Amino acid sequence: MKKNDLPQRHRDTERMKTWERLLWFIKVASLCLCASVAMASPAQAQELKWGGDAEGGAPYLLPDPKNPRQIIGFEIDLMEALGKQLNRKSVFVQNQWDGLIPGLQRGNYDLAVNGIEITDDRKQQINFSIPYYACGEQLSVRVEENAITSLADLKGKVVGTLKFSLAQRILEQAQRDLGGALDIRTYEIQTTAYADLANGRLQAVLMDWPIAVYYSKPNPKLKYVGEIISQMQYGIGVRKDDEVLLKQVNDTLLTLIKSGKLRRIYEKWGIWNDDTDKLFAKMTAPEQKGEALAEFTQIVTQKLTWRERLKRYISYLPALLLQGAPMTLLISILGMAVAIALGLMLALVNLYAPQPFAWLARAYVEVFRGTPLLIQLYLIFYGLPNIGIRLPPIIAAVVGLGLNYAAYEAENYRAGIQAIPRGQMEAALSLGLTRAQSLRHVIVPQAMRLVIPPVTNDFIALFKDSSIVSVITMVELTKVYGQLAATYYDYIGAGILTAAIYFLMGLPFVRLARWAENRLATDKRIITAAKKRWLGVGAKPA
Amino acid sequence: MAEANTIISVNNLQKSYGDASALSGISFDVEVSELTVIIGPSGCGKSTLLRCLNGLELFDHGSVRIGDISLEMNGKSHHHLNTQLRHLREEVGMVFQSFNLFPHLTVLENAVLAPIVVKRTARKEAEEQARTLLAKVGLKDRMDYYPSQLSGGQQQRAAIARALAMSPKVMLYDEPTSALDPSLVGEVLGIMRQLDDEGMTQVVVTHEMKFARDVADKVLVLSDGELIETGSPDVIFTAPRDERTRSFLQRYL
Repeated sequence: MKKNDLPQRHRDTERMKTWERLLWFIKVASLCLCASVAMASPAQAQELKWGGDAEGGAPYLLPDPKNPRQIIGFEIDLMEALGKQLNRKSVFVQNQWDGLIPGLQRGNYDLAVNGIEITDDRKQQINFSIPYYACGEQLSVRVEENAITSLADLKGKVVGTLKFSLAQRILEQAQRDLGGALDIRTYEIQTTAYADLANGRLQAVLMDWPIAVYYSKPNPKLKYVGEIISQMQYGIGVRKDDEVLLKQVNDTLLTLIKSGKLRRIYEKWGIWNDDTDKLFAKMTAPEQKGEALAEFTQIVTQKLTWRERLKRYISYLPALLLQGAPMTLLISILGMAVAIALGLMLALVNLYAPQPFAWLARAYVEVFRGTPLLIQLYLIFYGLPNIGIRLPPIIAAVVGLGLNYAAYEAENYRAGIQAIPRGQMEAALSLGLTRAQSLRHVIVPQAMRLVIPPVTNDFIALFKDSSIVSVITMVELTKVYGQLAATYYDYIGAGILTAAIYFLMGLPFVRLARWAENRLATDKRIITAAKKRWLGVGAKPA
Repeated sequence: MAEANTIISVNNLQKSYGDASALSGISFDVEVSELTVIIGPSGCGKSTLLRCLNGLELFDHGSVRIGDISLEMNGKSHHHLNTQLRHLREEVGMVFQSFNLFPHLTVLENAVLAPIVVKRTARKEAEEQARTLLAKVGLKDRMDYYPSQLSGGQQQRAAIARALAMSPKVMLYDEPTSALDPSLVGEVLGIMRQLDDEGMTQVVVTHEMKFARDVADKVLVLSDGELIETGSPDVIFTAPRDERTRSFLQRYL
């Protein structure tokens, strides 16, 4: 930041005529140069803390490629300028993008700035400043693609975008217009969306124009098509009760717009556009001054009654139960099937195969058990395309969960098999069965029954872990929850509802496992005790 | 006796665990229809010897022949033996001290598993044969019970029926009554006696001296992995030649 910002600071000082301001600037600048993290206490009162997500990427907020510990971006420049006008030091606070508004409400910082579009939904939760930037959506395709030139050409195509974005809503509308014949994949990070476009997993990407400028335009494999679609305006989020700060921010933004400071920042980042030009012209037009201000500062605080709240929760149910739950169930059951089949094979190879194979099975267990599932999923979904293996999200999810849990199942089976008395194998061999036949007819069936409780445990765990696959564009229960919570800023109500659905969906499997355990019990005396308990849930020593 | 009547022939059988010798150069023959009893103090190697007869234990040197199948060892790797071991085991039934019934299968399923899997007998036929055998050992009413629902004596009789279902030429028993309540010992020995009457060749490791004296055709006495005495029960139990036999028997009679 230091290197880039110094010339700009010089420009600013020209406008700060008073001696006092100059003195203040020297003080702050010297502090910045020292890169002192622990601020002196008198300066703390001056801090202007604002939240953003540096993972959001260029040109908004990003780690400086030359010095990744330093965050740069046009919003950093914006907030520096804003802070300077307000005589307060701009302090960036890292916060996950989805959680920027809750973080603001919780008081982690006083402003939320990270390409947050001004929408009616969000206005219910927080106040917005006057807009500081306006832009639309840009459609990108591969260079050799000639069939797609507008949204209407997307029929039957696979299109990617960022989740919770305007582009997602536009695509969903297009999907309805096309009678559902549009496959939307949502991403957390723009680079992965464009990477999937380049490698053919997607046929088009719709993204905020500034993002396209930085990630699509420089990529020789991609090109823009069509006009800029729709328009949105970014605003600075302020807590509802913080009206003084809101006014300060609005006044300052207007000053920066009038002075041309903001335009210079956008030009420096190469994102000055017609939309913003028109917006600023409208905002600074003398006869309209204050009108725009009023439009965005006049926000009705709308409190929901408990009846309306209940109604809203019921309105969540179709999405959760029809869209999220079946996918979670499908992925979990298929994933567990892979895990059980592969796990049993690994256990048998580990115990009975000759040396190099047994060693490999053990190595598999150690590696898959010892590394994070999340990273395994990333490698499978985003890593494998590099070597030409491009799995659809659902297959990648099932394979990822299956491969990971197979390591745990292998150990369950190994424990189960080793718990069978040696006499069983001897008796089977004495009857003339081969070792493989003995395993199949005598050892494994008994081991299976023994491992039902730990395998049920793992299934329930997998069931919940399936929520991780939302990172590879799968829309399952947790993803639907995230979407609902982000739309209404209602993390508690929707969260409890979703957790309850997970719990209730898991129960039948617990019952099924208990039933199987009883049915397969070889010592019938222990069954009755289990039956007496409520729903047969939970483990109780026999 | 004529060579043709010899069904088991053990020749110079040697086995050791590391430096400790478990069996040192044992040789004996068993004639068709004979009931042979192996006795000796605990740890003398009688179970090991019996388990060598169906390949559950492999030996280092010597040979074992049962019917037409023989195993010969000369201290080298055993890997090539798998098929031969399986053929051998099809000819030899084995009954264990702890029964080793398959607990996840009913008594009837226990008895039909091997004929169906190994001999590929049709299920119907296998069940018919198993019912006959189970009736013979007195388990007509217990065929659909699981092993855990049976008494020890019933379990051991089921185990005998299971072994017989493979129509073996020879039956081996490894202390078949040692895990049983004394009141249940008789029913198991009764079955063995009945099989003897029907002409089954049987080799029994046991501590039931009365049974050995009354039923055995031949008694082998083992001590510290050595075969110290062989003879008819009359000779062994009334006029043992070896001092070790005498001191062993004193503790039982």
